[in-house]
Amino acid sequence: MMDYRNGYIKLALPKGRFLSPTASLLAEINLGFQDYSDKTKQYRLRSARFPNLFAKILQEKDIPIQLAVGNYDLGICGLDWIEEFLVKYPAGALVKIASLNYGEGFIHVVTSTQADITSLDELSNGRNDYRIVTEYPNLAEAFALDLRMKRFRIFPVWGAAEAYPPENADLAVLWGKSGLDIAGQGLIPLRRLLPVNAFLIANRESLESKDLSQILDCFSSQLTDDAQTSMENESDTSEALKISDTLWRAKEINLALPDGHQQPPTLQLLKRAGLELQGYSENEVVSRRPSADLDWLGIKVIRPQDMPLQVANGNFDLAITGEDWLREHLCRFPSSPVKKLFVLGFGAVEVVAAVSQEMPVADIHELRALVQSNKFAPLKVASEYINIADRYLHDNRINPCKLIPTWGASEAFIPEDADMLIDNVQTGKTLEQHKLKIIDVLFQSSACLIANKNSLASPDKKEKTGFLAQKLRAGLS
Amino acid sequence: MKSQKCKGMRDLLPEEMLRFRRIEDVFRTSCSNWGYQEVRTPTLEFLHLFTATGTLTPSMLSKVYSFLDWDGWSGERVVLRPDGTIPVTRLYIDNLTGQELARLFYVTNIFAFEGTGKENRERWQCGAEFFGGAKVAPDVEIILLAEEVIRKLGISNVRLQLSHAGLVRALLKKLKLSPTEEAKIANRILEGDWQALTKAKAASPEVQRIMATLLSLKGKSSSFLHNVKASFPKASRDFKSSLDDLINVATLLDSLGCNYKIDISAIHGFEYYTGVCFQFLAAGRNIGGGGRYDNLVPLMNGKDVPACGFALYVDPMMKLLSLEKEKEVKSGILVKGKELTPEIAETCFTVAESLRSAEHTAELAFTDREESDYRWVILVSGKQPSPFVITDCVRGRQRDAASMAEIVKVVNEG
Repeated sequence: MMDYRNGYIKLALPKGRFLSPTASLLAEINLGFQDYSDKTKQYRLRSARFPNLFAKILQEKDIPIQLAVGNYDLGICGLDWIEEFLVKYPAGALVKIASLNYGEGFIHVVTSTQADITSLDELSNGRNDYRIVTEYPNLAEAFALDLRMKRFRIFPVWGAAEAYPPENADLAVLWGKSGLDIAGQGLIPLRRLLPVNAFLIANRESLESKDLSQILDCFSSQLTDDAQTSMENESDTSEALKISDTLWRAKEINLALPDGHQQPPTLQLLKRAGLELQGYSENEVVSRRPSADLDWLGIKVIRPQDMPLQVANGNFDLAITGEDWLREHLCRFPSSPVKKLFVLGFGAVEVVAAVSQEMPVADIHELRALVQSNKFAPLKVASEYINIADRYLHDNRINPCKLIPTWGASEAFIPEDADMLIDNVQTGKTLEQHKLKIIDVLFQSSACLIANKNSLASPDKKEKTGFLAQKLRAGLS
Repeated sequence: MKSQKCKGMRDLLPEEMLRFRRIEDVFRTSCSNWGYQEVRTPTLEFLHLFTATGTLTPSMLSKVYSFLDWDGWSGERVVLRPDGTIPVTRLYIDNLTGQELARLFYVTNIFAFEGTGKENRERWQCGAEFFGGAKVAPDVEIILLAEEVIRKLGISNVRLQLSHAGLVRALLKKLKLSPTEEAKIANRILEGDWQALTKAKAASPEVQRIMATLLSLKGKSSSFLHNVKASFPKASRDFKSSLDDLINVATLLDSLGCNYKIDISAIHGFEYYTGVCFQFLAAGRNIGGGGRYDNLVPLMNGKDVPACGFALYVDPMMKLLSLEKEKEVKSGILVKGKELTPEIAETCFTVAESLRSAEHTAELAFTDREESDYRWVILVSGKQPSPFVITDCVRGRQRDAASMAEIVKVVNEG
């Protein structure tokens, strides 16, 4: 195994939206990596030009955290995720070096046409309890505090924030190309928080003590003063915008359906159950609000990860999500009023603890002994399920340990950035490819129907939620 | 070995606890003597108590320890108490709102993040709040109560500074800024940047003259305030009524022989003040402060009850306390067994107990520790007819004793 810790310069490169422009930039400044492309199956890249330069492709959201904990010296990431980190940890180990010349859109604070909010002043002076939905909970909290909002609640979501207002949120903090783009989604932009352009960032200690000059030199042509995307370069006041007014009407019963991988099997289930839906398809998200032939039923398509919290808050009476996300929610909020009604027989995974095949342990007990003997202490654990992982580590007396939250693909973290991962596996093939082995199975999970306990007991809703649940049960193959 | 303590947290060792308790004891006694009653609020409160305008400044809010509780799925955040007054006001509204007057005091810790590592993230304060009652007399009461505590603690060279939150607001109004600009400058002022006032654009020459006068002059009596009033005949009504308030408090303090300085900048950190404010400074540090906050109770959905209060900051005061007197005097009795047989150990416990019953501090020795810290050492040998040897460590004398009654008698006679 190559030792990446000493003498190497480690660079974190983004997946997703900034992958292509970042790859072009790196090629242009003669710092290209052969396998850094949309099609790559590799996570780890070596530079042809600098033998001591090692790069890894990470989810953008993970990059600021990975730099701050010292796993990487340099990174490229969108300003939104950098600020989301810095606003919470201003004294932390993350340093912005320079804005790069590419990026798109802004983080906006938006409301809906039906929320009855026309200006920011109203938010400061109003006595209402505002619900803010966002993928950026730290930025949203800073915004609310800065505006002196008297009362607010923040609902962090994994995605689809635009789907929540007006019925499930009063405000959303989200990315949008422009005010026009926001208006196109039937929302009103209230304020731009920041431009989303790519930034070169560094770990503070690396910058202070390690020679990174060779790499930074490559970027020198990019580090001009005018690189910063100006906030003023596009004016869009809400008056100038034509906001597409989506008519929305409160429904008696609300159902949340998943987007992503669970869409095809969910659609099959609904068909077998005899529920005809307009606007919910196999693959893409046609509409966030598909309609059914039952006039009392409201349907919304959101991330399965976000459903238990949304059901707990009564935004939905029923939802189709995974048992893993229900358990994650209940580990965080043990007395939450969410209940599993029944499993749906698809989306089966195992949530496992896995380590590198080279780690000399066969099970969690041997791992505990290894950590206690001060090897691998603190044990670095990467997981999408931070609350499940936290409880698992407590229950198994793994101490000391550090939990690193990730947003998918945690297998890429081992061995350099984490010692163990807690993640879901379907077949175990991915783990095998990354030379990992399972040392414990935490639980089996599959898709399930969850319900709000209060809806099940409420005289107004009991009958219809029961009817819907029965219908779905009948659709089980 | 590396410390296992959390960053920004502090241990209080026995010597520091002596100082801490001394402050607490003096504070409790004074408050009780003035008719205040002690209360205690929980460590966790809802964040929204503190987010409403008029409570904490944005910079204080950005340093609170807020999080979701185990049942926080509704998104309602809770916070580790970042301030003493707001929780006590909540307590008053929840429980005591029927009382026309409430004089309450508390000793509490407050939590605020601090990034430089120079200050504590958990700090202690002794506070008192006066709910109800008209202006002036309660303002003077809380100033004198705070002053009494500081005086009884023997902290010297203390400076009392008086200001008025209404004066600052009236000055800000004069600048005729947009609400956002005004809020920005107000925040800078509350964080100590008073020059923000003079730097603000759009100030007329008259306004600049008032500000320059108020920021540069520091009066020592109510006469100074009368002079200010006479120098600015065209000042706004708000300004004049605030000035009158301050004059009334200053006049009463003058006649009670309390020394102070008028310093408009003696307001720090809190947005909830509406009237007369004050600060105590010693050795260049702010050791306490307070003021009138008439809008806080209604703002927190209580009745329209005026209030004022103060807090003394325990951490800086502990450093200023001299505890030499308590150190000089040897005290306490050490009871020591010649051997540690069960019989002798039992006798040791019995001897110590009878000494404690006679109001002495008696400690048992289980090792051969240094005996010089004690006033008396009682050696239990168990040998008849004199099973005890009493050593008088101050006079350097020794004598035998035959019974416990004899020991108590010798010790009592000193």
